[in-house]
Amino acid sequence: MIPVFIKEINSFLNSLMGYLVIAVFLVAMGLLMWVFPETSVLEYGYAEMGTLFSTGPYVLIFLVPAITMRSFAEERKLGTLDLLMTKPVTETGVVIGKFLAAFALVVLSVLPTVVYYFALSSLASPAGNIDTPGVIGSYIGLVLLGGVFCTIGLFASSISTNQIVSFILAAFFCFLFYTGFDAVSSLFADGSLALLAKQWGILYHYESLSKGLIDSRDLVYFISLGGVWLLAAKTVLSSRTW
Amino acid sequence: MSIEVSSISKVFGQQRAVDQISFSVGEGEIVGFLGPNGAGKSTTMKMITAALPATEGSIRVGGLSVANEPMAIKRLTGYLPEHNPLYLDMYVHEYLLFMASLYNIKGKAGRLRVEEMVILCGLTEEQNKRIGMLSKGYRQRVGLAQALIHDPAVLVLDEPTSGLDPNQLIEIRNLIRKVSEHKTVLFSSHILQEVEALCNRVIVIHKGKIVADDQLEHLLKRGGDQLIVEFDKAPPPMLLEQLPGIHGVVVLAPTKFQIKTDRGVDVRDHVVKLAMTHGLSLRELRQEEYSLESVFGELTQRPA
Repeated sequence: MIPVFIKEINSFLNSLMGYLVIAVFLVAMGLLMWVFPETSVLEYGYAEMGTLFSTGPYVLIFLVPAITMRSFAEERKLGTLDLLMTKPVTETGVVIGKFLAAFALVVLSVLPTVVYYFALSSLASPAGNIDTPGVIGSYIGLVLLGGVFCTIGLFASSISTNQIVSFILAAFFCFLFYTGFDAVSSLFADGSLALLAKQWGILYHYESLSKGLIDSRDLVYFISLGGVWLLAAKTVLSSRTW
Repeated sequence: MSIEVSSISKVFGQQRAVDQISFSVGEGEIVGFLGPNGAGKSTTMKMITAALPATEGSIRVGGLSVANEPMAIKRLTGYLPEHNPLYLDMYVHEYLLFMASLYNIKGKAGRLRVEEMVILCGLTEEQNKRIGMLSKGYRQRVGLAQALIHDPAVLVLDEPTSGLDPNQLIEIRNLIRKVSEHKTVLFSSHILQEVEALCNRVIVIHKGKIVADDQLEHLLKRGGDQLIVEFDKAPPPMLLEQLPGIHGVVVLAPTKFQIKTDRGVDVRDHVVKLAMTHGLSLRELRQEEYSLESVFGELTQRPA
Protein backbone atom coordinates (compact mmCIF):
# COMPACT_ATOMS: atom_id res chain seq x y z
CA MET A 1 0.00 0.00 0.00
CA ILE A 2 2.72 2.49 0.98
CA PRO A 3 4.90 1.84 -2.11
CA VAL A 4 1.84 2.34 -4.33
CA PHE A 5 0.98 5.54 -2.49
CA ILE A 6 4.51 6.91 -2.88
CA LYS A 7 4.61 5.96 -6.55
CA GLU A 8 1.29 7.66 -7.27
CA ILE A 9 2.21 10.82 -5.39
CA ASN A 10 5.50 10.94 -7.29
CA SER A 11 3.72 10.51 -10.57
CA PHE A 12 1.41 13.46 -9.74
CA LEU A 13 4.26 15.67 -8.66
CA ASN A 14 6.71 14.61 -11.39
CA SER A 15 4.26 15.55 -14.09
CA LEU A 16 2.32 18.66 -14.87
CA MET A 17 -0.85 16.95 -13.68
CA GLY A 18 -0.56 17.62 -9.96
CA TYR A 19 0.46 21.24 -10.32
CA LEU A 20 -2.21 21.84 -12.92
CA VAL A 21 -4.93 20.55 -10.62
CA ILE A 22 -3.75 22.64 -7.70
CA ALA A 23 -3.32 25.75 -9.86
CA VAL A 24 -6.72 25.42 -11.53
CA PHE A 25 -8.48 24.92 -8.23
CA LEU A 26 -6.76 27.87 -6.60
CA VAL A 27 -7.23 30.22 -9.56
CA ALA A 28 -10.92 29.30 -9.82
CA MET A 29 -11.47 29.71 -6.09
CA GLY A 30 -9.47 32.93 -5.92
CA LEU A 31 -11.45 34.50 -8.76
CA LEU A 32 -14.80 33.44 -7.32
CA MET A 33 -13.90 34.52 -3.82
CA TRP A 34 -12.28 37.87 -4.46
CA VAL A 35 -12.73 39.07 -8.03
CA PHE A 36 -16.05 38.23 -9.70
CA PRO A 37 -18.57 40.77 -8.41
CA GLU A 38 -21.48 38.29 -8.19
CA THR A 39 -19.67 36.02 -5.77
CA SER A 40 -16.92 38.20 -4.28
CA VAL A 41 -16.90 38.57 -0.48
CA LEU A 42 -15.57 42.08 -0.90
CA GLU A 43 -18.75 43.12 -2.73
CA TYR A 44 -20.95 41.06 -0.47
CA GLY A 45 -19.77 42.84 2.63
CA TYR A 46 -20.05 40.00 5.12
CA ALA A 47 -16.97 38.27 6.52
CA GLU A 48 -17.92 34.73 5.63
CA MET A 49 -16.56 32.06 3.33
CA GLY A 50 -19.81 30.73 1.90
CA THR A 51 -18.60 31.29 -1.66
CA LEU A 52 -15.65 28.93 -1.24
CA PHE A 53 -17.75 26.19 0.27
CA SER A 54 -20.69 26.44 -2.10
CA THR A 55 -18.71 26.70 -5.37
CA GLY A 56 -15.73 24.59 -4.31
CA PRO A 57 -17.58 21.26 -4.69
CA TYR A 58 -18.54 22.14 -8.29
CA VAL A 59 -14.93 22.78 -9.18
CA LEU A 60 -14.00 19.49 -7.50
CA ILE A 61 -16.66 17.63 -9.52
CA PHE A 62 -14.48 18.31 -12.57
CA LEU A 63 -11.05 18.25 -11.01
CA VAL A 64 -11.22 15.05 -8.98
CA PRO A 65 -12.31 12.85 -11.92
CA ALA A 66 -9.41 14.39 -13.86
CA ILE A 67 -7.04 13.27 -11.11
CA THR A 68 -8.43 9.77 -10.79
CA MET A 69 -9.39 8.95 -14.38
CA ARG A 70 -6.03 7.44 -15.30
CA SER A 71 -5.35 5.57 -12.08
CA PHE A 72 -6.74 2.18 -13.11
CA ALA A 73 -7.84 2.83 -16.69
CA GLU A 74 -4.30 3.47 -17.84
CA GLU A 75 -2.79 0.62 -15.84
CA ARG A 76 -5.24 -1.77 -17.40
CA LYS A 77 -4.57 -0.45 -20.86
CA LEU A 78 -0.78 -0.69 -20.48
CA GLY A 79 -1.03 -4.09 -18.78
CA THR A 80 0.88 -2.85 -15.75
CA LEU A 81 -2.03 -3.81 -13.53
CA ASP A 82 -1.41 -7.47 -14.37
CA LEU A 83 2.24 -6.97 -13.55
CA LEU A 84 1.36 -5.31 -10.26
CA MET A 85 -0.86 -8.26 -9.42
CA THR A 86 2.07 -10.66 -9.68
CA LYS A 87 3.84 -8.63 -7.00
CA PRO A 88 3.21 -9.30 -3.32
CA VAL A 89 0.57 -6.59 -2.95
CA THR A 90 -3.11 -7.09 -2.32
CA GLU A 91 -5.86 -5.53 -4.40
CA THR A 92 -7.04 -3.70 -1.29
CA GLY A 93 -3.54 -2.32 -0.81
CA VAL A 94 -3.41 -1.03 -4.38
CA VAL A 95 -6.86 0.57 -4.15
CA ILE A 96 -6.13 2.25 -0.83
CA GLY A 97 -2.69 3.40 -1.94
CA LYS A 98 -4.15 5.03 -5.01
CA PHE A 99 -7.01 6.54 -3.04
CA LEU A 100 -4.67 8.08 -0.48
CA ALA A 101 -2.53 9.60 -3.22
CA ALA A 102 -5.52 11.20 -4.98
CA PHE A 103 -6.92 12.33 -1.63
CA ALA A 104 -3.58 13.87 -0.67
CA LEU A 105 -3.61 15.88 -3.90
CA VAL A 106 -7.14 17.14 -3.13
CA VAL A 107 -6.08 18.13 0.38
CA LEU A 108 -3.03 19.87 -1.08
CA SER A 109 -5.26 21.91 -3.37
CA VAL A 110 -7.73 22.84 -0.65
CA LEU A 111 -5.12 23.64 1.99
CA PRO A 112 -3.85 26.98 0.59
CA THR A 113 -7.36 28.43 0.76
CA VAL A 114 -6.97 28.51 4.54
CA VAL A 115 -5.20 31.79 3.84
CA TYR A 116 -8.61 33.22 2.88
CA TYR A 117 -9.78 32.62 6.42
CA PHE A 118 -6.97 34.69 7.89
CA ALA A 119 -7.43 37.42 5.28
CA LEU A 120 -11.15 37.62 5.98
CA SER A 121 -10.62 37.49 9.69
CA SER A 122 -8.40 40.58 9.57
CA LEU A 123 -10.77 42.36 7.18
CA ALA A 124 -13.75 41.76 9.45
CA SER A 125 -15.00 44.58 11.63
CA PRO A 126 -14.04 44.28 14.37
CA ALA A 127 -11.06 42.14 13.29
CA GLY A 128 -11.57 38.45 14.05
CA ASN A 129 -15.34 38.70 13.86
CA ILE A 130 -15.83 35.52 11.81
CA ASP A 131 -17.69 32.26 12.37
CA THR A 132 -14.63 30.11 13.12
CA PRO A 133 -16.47 26.86 14.05
CA GLY A 134 -18.53 27.17 10.87
CA VAL A 135 -15.37 27.52 8.79
CA ILE A 136 -13.74 24.55 10.50
CA GLY A 137 -16.84 22.41 9.97
CA SER A 138 -17.03 23.48 6.35
CA TYR A 139 -13.39 22.59 5.75
CA ILE A 140 -13.94 19.16 7.27
CA GLY A 141 -16.96 18.78 4.99
CA LEU A 142 -15.07 19.94 1.90
CA VAL A 143 -12.16 17.59 2.54
CA LEU A 144 -14.47 14.63 3.18
CA LEU A 145 -16.43 15.48 0.06
CA GLY A 146 -13.18 15.58 -1.91
CA GLY A 147 -12.35 12.17 -0.47
CA VAL A 148 -15.70 10.70 -1.51
CA PHE A 149 -15.24 12.15 -5.00
CA CYS A 150 -11.83 10.42 -5.15
CA THR A 151 -13.39 7.05 -4.30
CA ILE A 152 -16.06 7.59 -6.96
CA GLY A 153 -13.36 8.52 -9.45
CA LEU A 154 -11.32 5.42 -8.63
CA PHE A 155 -14.31 3.18 -9.11
CA ALA A 156 -15.13 4.81 -12.45
CA SER A 157 -11.51 4.34 -13.51
CA SER A 158 -11.53 0.69 -12.52
CA ILE A 159 -14.44 -0.26 -14.75
CA SER A 160 -13.06 1.08 -18.02
CA THR A 161 -9.81 1.12 -19.94
CA ASN A 162 -10.82 4.41 -21.52
CA GLN A 163 -9.88 7.46 -19.50
CA ILE A 164 -12.53 9.65 -21.11
CA VAL A 165 -15.25 7.19 -20.15
CA SER A 166 -13.91 7.10 -16.60
CA PHE A 167 -13.89 10.88 -16.42
CA ILE A 168 -17.46 11.27 -17.63
CA LEU A 169 -18.77 8.50 -15.39
CA ALA A 170 -16.95 9.89 -12.37
CA ALA A 171 -18.18 13.45 -12.97
CA PHE A 172 -21.71 12.15 -13.41
CA PHE A 173 -21.68 10.09 -10.20
CA CYS A 174 -20.08 12.95 -8.25
CA PHE A 175 -22.78 15.28 -9.48
CA LEU A 176 -25.51 12.75 -8.77
CA PHE A 177 -24.35 12.21 -5.23
CA TYR A 178 -23.65 15.86 -4.57
CA THR A 179 -26.89 17.47 -5.69
CA GLY A 180 -28.80 14.75 -7.54
CA PHE A 181 -30.48 13.25 -4.49
CA ASP A 182 -31.28 16.70 -3.23
CA ALA A 183 -33.02 17.51 -6.50
CA VAL A 184 -34.89 14.19 -6.43
CA SER A 185 -36.16 14.95 -2.94
CA SER A 186 -38.12 17.92 -4.27
CA LEU A 187 -40.23 15.49 -6.34
CA PHE A 188 -41.76 13.99 -3.21
CA ALA A 189 -44.75 15.69 -1.71
CA ASP A 190 -44.39 13.54 1.39
CA GLY A 191 -41.98 15.30 3.76
CA SER A 192 -40.46 12.21 5.36
CA LEU A 193 -39.79 10.59 1.98
CA ALA A 194 -38.24 13.82 0.76
CA LEU A 195 -35.99 13.91 3.81
CA LEU A 196 -34.97 10.31 3.24
CA ALA A 197 -33.99 11.09 -0.36
CA LYS A 198 -32.13 14.19 0.77
CA GLN A 199 -30.18 12.24 3.34
CA TRP A 200 -28.82 9.93 0.64
CA GLY A 201 -27.06 12.86 -0.98
CA ILE A 202 -23.81 14.51 0.04
CA LEU A 203 -25.24 18.04 0.14
CA TYR A 204 -27.44 17.39 3.17
CA HIS A 205 -24.50 16.21 5.27
CA TYR A 206 -22.15 18.80 3.84
CA GLU A 207 -24.49 21.61 4.83
CA SER A 208 -25.00 20.12 8.23
CA LEU A 209 -21.22 20.10 8.83
CA SER A 210 -20.86 23.66 7.55
CA LYS A 211 -22.99 24.91 10.42
CA GLY A 212 -20.02 24.16 12.64
CA LEU A 213 -21.54 21.17 14.38
CA ILE A 214 -19.40 18.11 13.75
CA ASP A 215 -22.08 15.44 13.92
CA SER A 216 -20.83 11.84 14.00
CA ARG A 217 -23.76 10.85 11.75
CA ASP A 218 -22.37 13.04 8.98
CA LEU A 219 -18.85 11.69 9.46
CA VAL A 220 -20.17 8.12 9.36
CA TYR A 221 -22.07 8.97 6.17
CA PHE A 222 -18.98 10.27 4.37
CA ILE A 223 -16.73 7.46 5.53
CA SER A 224 -19.18 4.70 4.71
CA LEU A 225 -20.05 6.18 1.30
CA GLY A 226 -16.35 6.36 0.45
CA GLY A 227 -15.83 2.84 1.78
CA VAL A 228 -18.59 1.46 -0.43
CA TRP A 229 -17.05 2.99 -3.57
CA LEU A 230 -13.59 1.69 -2.66
CA LEU A 231 -15.01 -1.76 -2.01
CA ALA A 232 -16.70 -1.63 -5.41
CA ALA A 233 -13.40 -0.67 -7.05
CA LYS A 234 -11.62 -3.50 -5.25
CA THR A 235 -14.31 -5.95 -6.36
CA VAL A 236 -13.89 -4.88 -9.96
CA LEU A 237 -10.14 -5.50 -9.68
CA SER A 238 -10.68 -8.93 -8.19
CA SER A 239 -13.16 -9.83 -10.91
CA ARG A 240 -10.21 -10.20 -13.31
CA THR A 241 -9.54 -13.60 -11.73
CA TRP A 242 -13.14 -14.85 -11.80
CA MET B 1 13.03 -24.46 -6.22
CA SER B 2 11.06 -26.57 -8.58
CA ILE B 3 7.82 -26.01 -10.42
CA GLU B 4 5.27 -28.82 -10.29
CA VAL B 5 2.22 -28.45 -12.48
CA SER B 6 -0.31 -31.23 -12.16
CA SER B 7 -3.26 -31.50 -14.50
CA ILE B 8 -4.25 -27.85 -14.56
CA SER B 9 -6.92 -26.46 -16.80
CA LYS B 10 -8.15 -22.96 -17.46
CA VAL B 11 -11.55 -22.35 -18.94
CA PHE B 12 -12.56 -18.95 -20.32
CA GLY B 13 -16.28 -19.09 -21.01
CA GLN B 14 -16.70 -21.86 -23.58
CA GLN B 15 -13.04 -22.11 -24.42
CA ARG B 16 -10.54 -24.41 -22.74
CA ALA B 17 -7.39 -22.34 -23.03
CA VAL B 18 -5.36 -24.87 -21.09
CA ASP B 19 -6.44 -28.46 -20.93
CA GLN B 20 -5.13 -30.87 -18.29
CA ILE B 21 -1.50 -29.89 -18.49
CA SER B 22 1.09 -31.56 -16.26
CA PHE B 23 4.81 -31.01 -16.21
CA SER B 24 7.58 -30.22 -13.81
CA VAL B 25 10.66 -28.09 -13.97
CA GLY B 26 13.49 -29.22 -11.74
CA GLU B 27 15.68 -26.98 -9.66
CA GLY B 28 18.22 -25.09 -11.73
CA GLU B 29 16.73 -26.21 -15.01
CA ILE B 30 16.06 -23.92 -17.97
CA VAL B 31 13.01 -25.10 -19.82
CA GLY B 32 11.67 -23.68 -23.03
CA PHE B 33 7.93 -23.45 -23.39
CA LEU B 34 7.07 -23.62 -27.05
CA GLY B 35 3.88 -23.31 -28.94
CA PRO B 36 2.12 -21.36 -31.65
CA ASN B 37 0.26 -18.19 -30.73
CA GLY B 38 -2.83 -18.90 -28.70
CA ALA B 39 -1.63 -22.30 -27.57
CA GLY B 40 -2.03 -21.44 -23.88
CA LYS B 41 1.56 -20.55 -23.00
CA SER B 42 0.83 -17.20 -21.41
CA THR B 43 -2.20 -18.49 -19.56
CA THR B 44 -0.14 -21.30 -18.04
CA MET B 45 2.57 -18.87 -17.03
CA LYS B 46 0.05 -16.53 -15.45
CA MET B 47 -1.29 -19.42 -13.42
CA ILE B 48 2.20 -20.38 -12.26
CA THR B 49 2.88 -16.82 -11.09
CA ALA B 50 -0.46 -16.63 -9.24
CA ALA B 51 -1.77 -13.89 -11.52
CA LEU B 52 -4.67 -16.09 -12.63
CA PRO B 53 -6.29 -18.90 -10.66
CA ALA B 54 -6.45 -22.29 -12.37
CA THR B 55 -9.93 -23.66 -13.06
CA GLU B 56 -8.77 -27.09 -11.94
CA GLY B 57 -5.57 -28.84 -10.98
CA SER B 58 -2.79 -27.71 -8.72
CA ILE B 59 0.52 -25.93 -9.07
CA ARG B 60 3.36 -26.06 -6.58
CA VAL B 61 6.37 -23.81 -6.70
CA GLY B 62 9.15 -24.76 -4.31
CA GLY B 63 6.70 -27.05 -2.54
CA LEU B 64 4.20 -24.25 -1.90
CA SER B 65 0.73 -24.39 -3.36
CA VAL B 66 -0.02 -21.43 -5.64
CA ALA B 67 -3.71 -21.53 -4.78
CA ASN B 68 -3.17 -21.45 -1.02
CA GLU B 69 -0.14 -19.23 -0.67
CA PRO B 70 -0.17 -16.75 -3.53
CA MET B 71 1.75 -14.10 -1.60
CA ALA B 72 4.63 -16.47 -0.83
CA ILE B 73 4.68 -17.56 -4.49
CA LYS B 74 4.79 -13.96 -5.65
CA ARG B 75 7.87 -13.39 -3.49
CA LEU B 76 9.57 -16.51 -4.89
CA THR B 77 8.97 -15.89 -8.55
CA GLY B 78 10.12 -13.22 -10.94
CA TYR B 79 7.79 -12.72 -13.86
CA LEU B 80 8.22 -10.90 -17.13
CA PRO B 81 4.78 -10.74 -18.73
CA GLU B 82 4.14 -10.85 -22.44
CA HIS B 83 4.49 -7.44 -24.14
CA ASN B 84 6.49 -6.31 -21.10
CA PRO B 85 4.17 -3.72 -19.56
CA LEU B 86 6.00 -0.72 -18.09
CA TYR B 87 5.11 2.66 -16.64
CA LEU B 88 6.31 4.72 -19.58
CA ASP B 89 6.39 8.01 -17.72
CA MET B 90 8.61 6.75 -14.91
CA TYR B 91 12.38 6.95 -14.88
CA VAL B 92 14.26 3.65 -15.05
CA HIS B 93 15.83 4.13 -11.66
CA GLU B 94 12.59 5.27 -10.08
CA TYR B 95 10.71 2.33 -11.59
CA LEU B 96 13.16 -0.23 -10.27
CA LEU B 97 13.09 1.38 -6.82
CA PHE B 98 9.30 1.15 -6.88
CA MET B 99 9.42 -2.50 -7.88
CA ALA B 100 11.95 -3.18 -5.11
CA SER B 101 9.76 -1.44 -2.56
CA LEU B 102 6.87 -3.74 -3.51
CA TYR B 103 9.05 -6.58 -2.23
CA ASN B 104 9.80 -4.62 0.88
CA ILE B 105 13.36 -3.91 -0.23
CA LYS B 106 13.66 -0.32 0.89
CA GLY B 107 16.10 2.43 1.71
CA LYS B 108 19.76 1.60 1.31
CA ALA B 109 19.16 -2.08 0.50
CA GLY B 110 16.77 -1.01 -2.25
CA ARG B 111 19.23 1.46 -3.77
CA LEU B 112 22.02 -1.12 -3.69
CA ARG B 113 19.84 -3.75 -5.29
CA VAL B 114 18.73 -1.36 -8.03
CA GLU B 115 22.36 -0.43 -8.62
CA GLU B 116 23.23 -4.11 -8.99
CA MET B 117 20.37 -4.73 -11.41
CA VAL B 118 21.27 -1.68 -13.49
CA ILE B 119 24.81 -2.99 -13.91
CA LEU B 120 23.73 -6.60 -14.48
CA CYS B 121 21.21 -5.66 -17.15
CA GLY B 122 23.48 -3.10 -18.81
CA LEU B 123 21.30 -0.10 -18.05
CA THR B 124 23.97 2.17 -16.61
CA GLU B 125 23.72 4.69 -19.41
CA GLU B 126 19.94 4.67 -19.47
CA GLN B 127 19.06 4.60 -15.79
CA ASN B 128 18.15 8.27 -15.62
CA LYS B 129 15.97 8.28 -18.70
CA ARG B 130 12.23 7.94 -18.90
CA ILE B 131 11.20 4.41 -19.82
CA GLY B 132 9.07 5.82 -22.63
CA MET B 133 12.23 7.20 -24.26
CA LEU B 134 13.99 3.82 -24.39
CA SER B 135 14.24 1.54 -27.39
CA LYS B 136 12.55 -1.81 -27.29
CA GLY B 137 15.74 -3.68 -26.40
CA TYR B 138 16.37 -1.47 -23.41
CA ARG B 139 12.76 -1.69 -22.31
CA GLN B 140 13.16 -5.44 -22.36
CA ARG B 141 16.20 -5.09 -20.12
CA VAL B 142 14.18 -2.95 -17.73
CA GLY B 143 11.52 -5.66 -17.73
CA LEU B 144 14.14 -8.28 -16.92
CA ALA B 145 15.66 -6.10 -14.21
CA GLN B 146 12.18 -5.75 -12.73
CA ALA B 147 11.67 -9.51 -12.74
CA LEU B 148 15.04 -10.06 -11.06
CA ILE B 149 14.91 -7.26 -8.52
CA HIS B 150 14.17 -9.50 -5.55
CA ASP B 151 16.58 -12.24 -6.63
CA PRO B 152 13.83 -14.81 -7.21
CA ALA B 153 14.61 -18.51 -7.21
CA VAL B 154 12.14 -19.08 -10.03
CA LEU B 155 12.05 -17.00 -13.16
CA VAL B 156 9.10 -17.04 -15.55
CA LEU B 157 9.69 -15.15 -18.78
CA ASP B 158 6.89 -14.80 -21.29
CA GLU B 159 8.35 -14.23 -24.76
CA PRO B 160 11.27 -12.19 -23.51
CA THR B 161 12.70 -11.67 -26.99
CA SER B 162 9.69 -11.04 -29.19
CA GLY B 163 10.00 -8.04 -31.43
CA LEU B 164 13.72 -7.45 -30.93
CA ASP B 165 16.22 -6.94 -33.72
CA PRO B 166 18.90 -9.63 -34.20
CA ASN B 167 21.55 -7.77 -32.17
CA GLN B 168 19.24 -7.04 -29.28
CA LEU B 169 18.09 -10.62 -29.47
CA ILE B 170 21.58 -11.94 -28.87
CA GLU B 171 22.16 -9.44 -26.07
CA ILE B 172 18.97 -10.34 -24.26
CA ARG B 173 19.66 -14.02 -24.80
CA ASN B 174 23.11 -13.65 -23.24
CA LEU B 175 21.59 -11.71 -20.40
CA ILE B 176 19.06 -14.44 -19.73
CA ARG B 177 21.83 -17.02 -19.80
CA LYS B 178 23.87 -14.94 -17.37
CA VAL B 179 21.10 -14.38 -14.85
CA SER B 180 19.68 -17.85 -15.02
CA GLU B 181 22.56 -19.60 -13.28
CA HIS B 182 21.30 -21.15 -10.06
CA LYS B 183 17.72 -20.30 -10.97
CA THR B 184 14.84 -22.34 -12.22
CA VAL B 185 13.74 -20.77 -15.47
CA LEU B 186 10.66 -21.34 -17.56
CA PHE B 187 10.51 -19.22 -20.65
CA SER B 188 8.18 -19.20 -23.57
CA SER B 189 8.96 -18.38 -27.12
CA HIS B 190 7.93 -19.12 -30.61
CA ILE B 191 11.41 -18.42 -31.87
CA LEU B 192 13.01 -21.83 -32.09
CA GLN B 193 16.63 -20.72 -32.30
CA GLU B 194 16.00 -19.12 -28.97
CA VAL B 195 15.10 -22.38 -27.40
CA GLU B 196 17.95 -24.21 -29.08
CA ALA B 197 20.38 -21.59 -27.81
CA LEU B 198 19.19 -21.42 -24.23
CA CYS B 199 17.72 -24.55 -22.89
CA ASN B 200 18.20 -28.25 -22.67
CA ARG B 201 14.58 -29.22 -22.27
CA VAL B 202 11.55 -28.24 -24.29
CA ILE B 203 7.86 -28.47 -23.62
CA VAL B 204 5.72 -28.05 -26.70
CA ILE B 205 2.12 -27.06 -26.16
CA HIS B 206 -0.58 -26.95 -28.77
CA LYS B 207 -4.25 -26.03 -28.36
CA GLY B 208 -3.94 -26.20 -24.60
CA LYS B 209 -2.37 -29.64 -24.52
CA ILE B 210 1.22 -30.78 -24.16
CA VAL B 211 2.34 -32.50 -27.37
CA ALA B 212 5.98 -33.01 -26.41
CA ASP B 213 8.06 -32.74 -23.28
CA ASP B 214 11.60 -33.93 -23.87
CA GLN B 215 15.28 -33.13 -23.95
CA LEU B 216 16.10 -31.01 -26.94
CA GLU B 217 18.40 -33.63 -28.50
CA HIS B 218 15.77 -36.36 -28.20
CA LEU B 219 13.26 -34.10 -29.83
CA LEU B 220 15.68 -33.37 -32.65
CA LYS B 221 16.41 -37.06 -33.05
CA ARG B 222 12.74 -37.64 -33.43
CA GLY B 223 13.05 -35.61 -36.59
CA GLY B 224 15.93 -37.48 -38.25
CA ASP B 225 17.43 -36.19 -41.48
CA GLN B 226 15.95 -35.09 -44.73
CA LEU B 227 17.17 -35.10 -48.27
CA ILE B 228 15.96 -32.62 -50.83
CA VAL B 229 16.15 -33.94 -54.40
CA GLU B 230 15.33 -32.14 -57.60
CA PHE B 231 15.44 -33.67 -61.07
CA ASP B 232 15.33 -32.01 -64.48
CA LYS B 233 12.06 -33.73 -65.33
CA ALA B 234 9.43 -35.65 -63.48
CA PRO B 235 10.61 -39.17 -62.60
CA PRO B 236 8.39 -42.23 -63.05
CA PRO B 237 5.91 -42.58 -60.19
CA MET B 238 6.97 -44.46 -57.02
CA LEU B 239 10.61 -44.34 -58.09
CA LEU B 240 12.02 -42.80 -54.94
CA GLU B 241 9.90 -44.97 -52.68
CA GLN B 242 12.11 -47.89 -53.67
CA LEU B 243 15.07 -46.39 -51.79
CA PRO B 244 16.22 -48.52 -48.87
CA GLY B 245 15.88 -47.34 -45.26
CA ILE B 246 13.68 -44.28 -45.80
CA HIS B 247 10.59 -43.18 -43.91
CA GLY B 248 8.73 -41.51 -46.64
CA VAL B 249 8.76 -39.22 -49.62
CA VAL B 250 7.00 -35.89 -49.76
CA VAL B 251 6.35 -34.42 -53.19
CA LEU B 252 7.26 -30.73 -53.00
CA ALA B 253 6.89 -30.09 -56.74
CA PRO B 254 6.51 -32.45 -59.73
CA THR B 255 10.30 -32.61 -59.99
CA LYS B 256 11.23 -31.90 -56.36
CA PHE B 257 11.03 -34.28 -53.42
CA GLN B 258 11.77 -34.41 -49.73
CA ILE B 259 12.98 -37.78 -48.46
CA LYS B 260 12.84 -38.44 -44.73
CA THR B 261 15.33 -40.80 -43.14
CA ASP B 262 16.66 -41.68 -39.74
CA ARG B 263 19.41 -39.53 -38.33
CA GLY B 264 22.73 -40.42 -39.99
CA VAL B 265 21.30 -42.49 -42.84
CA ASP B 266 22.69 -41.35 -46.17
CA VAL B 267 20.88 -42.42 -49.34
CA ARG B 268 22.49 -39.94 -51.70
CA ASP B 269 24.47 -42.63 -53.53
CA HIS B 270 21.29 -44.57 -54.12
CA VAL B 271 19.54 -41.53 -55.48
CA VAL B 272 22.37 -40.85 -57.91
CA LYS B 273 22.27 -44.48 -59.11
CA LEU B 274 18.50 -44.36 -59.55
CA ALA B 275 18.76 -41.15 -61.51
CA MET B 276 21.38 -42.60 -63.81
CA THR B 277 19.47 -45.80 -64.52
CA HIS B 278 16.34 -43.77 -65.40
CA GLY B 279 18.10 -41.18 -67.50
CA LEU B 280 17.35 -38.30 -65.13
CA SER B 281 19.82 -35.58 -64.31
CA LEU B 282 20.03 -34.08 -60.83
CA ARG B 283 19.46 -30.38 -60.24
CA GLU B 284 19.70 -30.46 -56.50
CA LEU B 285 20.75 -32.98 -53.89
CA ARG B 286 20.90 -31.60 -50.39
CA GLN B 287 21.14 -33.53 -47.14
CA GLU B 288 20.08 -31.61 -44.05
CA GLU B 289 19.36 -32.18 -40.40
CA TYR B 290 15.72 -32.20 -39.70
CA SER B 291 15.49 -29.03 -37.65
CA LEU B 292 13.51 -28.21 -34.56
CA GLU B 293 11.37 -26.09 -36.83
CA SER B 294 10.21 -29.13 -38.71
CA VAL B 295 9.57 -31.07 -35.53
CA PHE B 296 7.67 -28.12 -34.15
CA GLY B 297 5.68 -27.81 -37.34
CA GLU B 298 4.81 -31.47 -37.28
CA LEU B 299 3.80 -31.43 -33.63
CA THR B 300 1.63 -28.36 -33.86
CA GLN B 301 0.00 -28.71 -37.22
CA ARG B 302 -1.86 -31.90 -36.65
CA PRO B 303 -5.21 -31.44 -34.93
CA ALA B 304 -4.90 -31.93 -31.19
